[in-house]
Order: sequence, then structure tokens, then C-alpha cells
Amino acid sequence: MSPFIVKQHAARAAAAVLALAGALACAPAEARDGGPDATPTRALPDVRGEEHAVATAAPNVPAPITRTYATKVIVELETQEVVKRLADGVDYTFWTFGGDAPGRFVRVREGDLVELHLKNHKHSTVPHNIDLHAVTGPGGGAAATLTIPGGESVLSFRALNPGLYVYHCAVSPVPMHIANGMYGLILVEPKGGLPKVDREFYVMQSEFYAKKPVTEGAPYTLDMEKGAAEQPSYVVFNGSVGALTGDGALQAKAGESVRLFVGNGGPNLVSSFHVIGEVFDNVYGEGGTMVSQRNVQTTLVPAGGSAIVEFRAEQPGNLVLVDHSIFRAFNKGALGMIKVTGADNPAVYSQLKGLPMAGH
Amino acid sequence: MRLLVAAAGLLALAAPAAALAAGRDGAARSAPARAGMVRLPAGAYRPLYGRPGTPGVAVRTFWLDRDPVTRAEFLAFVRDDPRWARGRVSPELADREGYLAEWRGETNAGDATDLRRPVTGVSWFAARAYCEARGKRLPTAAEWEYAAAASETRRDATRDPAFVQRLVALYAGRPRPLPPVGAAGAAGAPNVYGVRGLHGLAWEWVADLDGAPSASGHSHHAHAAGGRSHDASCAGAAIGAADPTNYPAFLRAALRAGLTARSTLETLGFRCAL
Repeated sequence: MSPFIVKQHAARAAAAVLALAGALACAPAEARDGGPDATPTRALPDVRGEEHAVATAAPNVPAPITRTYATKVIVELETQEVVKRLADGVDYTFWTFGGDAPGRFVRVREGDLVELHLKNHKHSTVPHNIDLHAVTGPGGGAAATLTIPGGESVLSFRALNPGLYVYHCAVSPVPMHIANGMYGLILVEPKGGLPKVDREFYVMQSEFYAKKPVTEGAPYTLDMEKGAAEQPSYVVFNGSVGALTGDGALQAKAGESVRLFVGNGGPNLVSSFHVIGEVFDNVYGEGGTMVSQRNVQTTLVPAGGSAIVEFRAEQPGNLVLVDHSIFRAFNKGALGMIKVTGADNPAVYSQLKGLPMAGH
Repeated sequence: MRLLVAAAGLLALAAPAAALAAGRDGAARSAPARAGMVRLPAGAYRPLYGRPGTPGVAVRTFWLDRDPVTRAEFLAFVRDDPRWARGRVSPELADREGYLAEWRGETNAGDATDLRRPVTGVSWFAARAYCEARGKRLPTAAEWEYAAAASETRRDATRDPAFVQRLVALYAGRPRPLPPVGAAGAAGAPNVYGVRGLHGLAWEWVADLDGAPSASGHSHHAHAAGGRSHDASCAGAAIGAADPTNYPAFLRAALRAGLTARSTLETLGFRCAL
């Protein structure tokens, strides 16, 4: 029996479609009920009970899972189109999961049966859907979740693979939906969970290609040509310039262990993710479930991919998150901050001579 | 030429046009039905999906409303036929929750400005009924796309990056509530045929919900397996598309793929054709 079962709430009569040619990655899923002779491709754990997921807004992460069995997890996401600040003086028409870019962080456990309710707010102007990279099945869920404004689709999938996965809207034209802010992360914890740390944060890099409006004061919208040329106006963490600075800066105490779930929504650029003032003790490269490298300065985060990094904050001060393709950090906004408080640790770092250290 | 086309849209034409219409569908259309309509000459429409270089789908001469149907016009229709009033419409013919949801009552569609806005929150059934009551019909997808390919100066501006980008901005930056028909602004300017408001006001219903003409010119169900096409829902949609830069066309195609005949949207209205 296929672990990918589709449930549709809206009755569908004949729908308007255009003729299509070519093989497509997202061929429609025929209803599969397995039948008496179907053999599962892998053994699936039994599902006990059900619970509602708490999906958090960046930079917060839901608490680690303590449950030791697979359950049915009900997840609710609503797509909304909202005008918000992208940079000072620049409001943009964002398309979002849950009202913000990046979208809500979802946390489930390997083997869980996830029932995802995708709603599209009635004020939306276009249909949306969802492709979760954690999903095995047509379109990663996109084929089953095309939802017009005011509608709802329900997708059921089994979280077969643990890891940290991007999800995004995949309605045509896909680059526009993603470029407008429709991405987020879903963490499928391995069965034994992740090692305990003191702090966990959700950081997602992305670019915006913003076209100045014709009318003064109207929001900016997608600049298609810049998008195709891969020349962003802004490269940011968590959806706007400065989202992780000032009042939005992350907080930690000296001596604490920190884990960053780092996503990259793209749509185009690969990130050279670095935290100024830190070395990553552990890197789960590409968001997989194995520590793939230790003692790393800068790790790559693919567009439409992720990485998990861990380090210990040894010294008070500001740690600065950057994309080390450094014009992006300095000129385009790819800069965030972790404020570490606590006692100085001169054994680790001290100035023996020189001008007073700024910002210390 | 533009002036002639615009003028033709405003005047009731005599025998030649009637003969054309008669030749087309075997029945003469009365001249008054064409008030407020624009005549579009025969041509070809290049569908979104189809190999580049193929000649495209033929579109015969047809008439199209110059503007989308307004709340005032639809209100007059509801007064004539109360079966289409908000709250009374059959659930088989419209999603009752969204049907005319922005109206304040069965015969209260808002103030004078509201009455000039494109009517939205109407299902395909309602749109079709309105057009039929006026002796008209909904345009086909091919006719609509043919008209919509035009800018103020060119019949087919779909390869003009500036035109395409302007449409993307209009689609993403739709003012709410939708502006009244004929209001100044980028959405209001007439195209080269004299048709107004195809972009940036409401999305618009087309007649052929169950498939649009393919490059071969035959209308067919794109969802052979019995479900709607999912190809509008993936990056793979770009495969086989004649022009992957035509984002506005992809946006319209994706919307149509999600609609059923009962669907209503706050941003979905219609206009009629002949």
C-alpha cells in the first residue's frame, strides 16, 4: 500500500485546464488503495493516537519531541498574501505560509502519519499548494493540494525519512510563488531524537527581486527579469532586511550549546553560511541525519535545501550570521545576529594591546 | 485602425456584421446586443502549452464586452431573475458561502462606486446564465487569451518583456477592493482592440471549463486519468510550455486548473462575448 494517500475535501467537477505536453515530475496520482495483494515497500510502524502540531514562526522552533512512538500529527497551514516591510521604505506583496516569510516551522518524528490541512485564505488572489521535501509521493504533496482562495486541501503522508527539509509552494509559475516568500522548514526527528542542546533557532535565507511600483507608495512586486538573471535586490535571513538584528537578534548565554536549523528558500542562490566569531563543532550537511563534518567555518546550504549546525557560545558579544558571499551580507541584507551575554572568558579571547574594542 | 476598431465597438453595425455573425453560427444577432462590445478580427492564439513554431489555435472573428460585467449590471440581472440572488442560489450552481459575499444584501451591491466595480463572487453557472440572458455567451479560453495578448499598441505583446513584467506587477498588486470599471490607471487603459480591464481588475471566467484548445486546435480533457491536471501545480509545468517567461499566462492557467463550475472568488468575475 502506498504510504501516500490523498484526501480531498472539495468535490471537484470538471476543472479548467490547459493541454499539456511532455513528461512531468508531478504526474497525477491515481487513487491507490493497494488492494489485497499490495505489499508495502518498507515496514511502517504502527500509529498510536493523534495530536495537533504546534507550528512556530521563525526564529522559534517547537520543543523537541519526547514521544517514543509514531502518532498521527495534524498540521494546519494557511497560505496568505500580505503586504509587509521588506526593507526600510520598501513594502512588498509577500505570498506566505501563515502570514510570514519564512513559513511556520513544523516538527514531527520519523514514522509519524502527518495529516496536513492546507487552507488558502479567501482574500488570496491565486491558488497555492505545498511541496514538502520530506514527502515521498507525487510533487511532494503538490499534486494533491492545489487550493483556490477560500478552499482547503488535506494531504496525508508518512514521514519516512528523518532530516531537515524545505517545503514550498509549487503552483505554476513556481519561481514566482517561491520568490514571493512561500517556503519554510519541516524537521522530521530521527527516532532517537537529536542530542540535547540549550538553544535551538530557525534561520532561513532567501532572496527577493523587487520591482519598484508605478504608483508611489504601492508595494513592490516581483521583478521577473532580475529573478531570471539571478540578480537579487535583497538577500536576507528570515524574510526581511534586519529581521535578525536589533530587537530581532537571537539571544544566548555564554557557555550554552546552540543549534541552528538553517534553511535556504532560494529561489536561486546557494548560501555560504558562516557565523562570525564561531566555529561549527558539528555540521549535519544538507540537513541530513549524520554529523557529516566537525570543526567547520563555513558550510554550504543549497537553494531548496538546509543544514544543521551546532556550536557552543564561549564568549559574550555579538555573533554575526552571514552569507559569506560577502557583498550579499554587506550590501543586500544577508546579516543576522546572536547576542551572547555573560561573563568574559579571557582565556579564550582577549585583547592584549590596541584600540578599545567596539561594540563589546 | 485602432480608432476604427474602437468605433466599431461602440456602434451597432448594419448588415455586413450581421451577415458575418449569421455565417458563423447560422443565427442573426440583433445589433443592440453589441452595444458596449468590441469586434476582434480573426487571428491565431498561441496556447501556453505547445511546441514553439506551431501555427497556433485559430480564433474566428468575435465580439467581446469592452469592460467586465459590473455589480450594477449583475444586480439588474438578479432583479429580473431572483433565482440568482445571494442566499437563494442553488448550492449546485454556486458555492453559497462565497457567492456575492461582498454584497450587503440580495439587492444591495454597495454604494455608487461599488456598483461600478466588476462583479465578483460569481460562479461559472451564474456568469453563463447572465450572458445567456443578454443573448450572449462566455468567451472561450482561446478568445479570451487572444484578446489578452494585446497591449495598447500591439496585438500580440506576449513576447515583449516590458508588457509581461507590467502584467506580473498588476496581478501581484491588485488593489482591494477592485477598482471601478473605467477608472484611470494601468488596469484601465484599452488595449489595441479597444478592450479594457483584462489585466489587473478581476480574473475572468471562460466558457470551456473542461479543457482548452491545445496546439492541435482540438479541445480535449487534459486530465485523462479522471482527475484535474496536476501539471499546473509543479515546476514541471515549464516542460512543454511554449514560452516559460509568460508568467501571467501561467498564473491564469493555474487559477483555471483549481476552479470548478461552482467556485466563487473575491477576485473572479467575467465578461461576455458574441
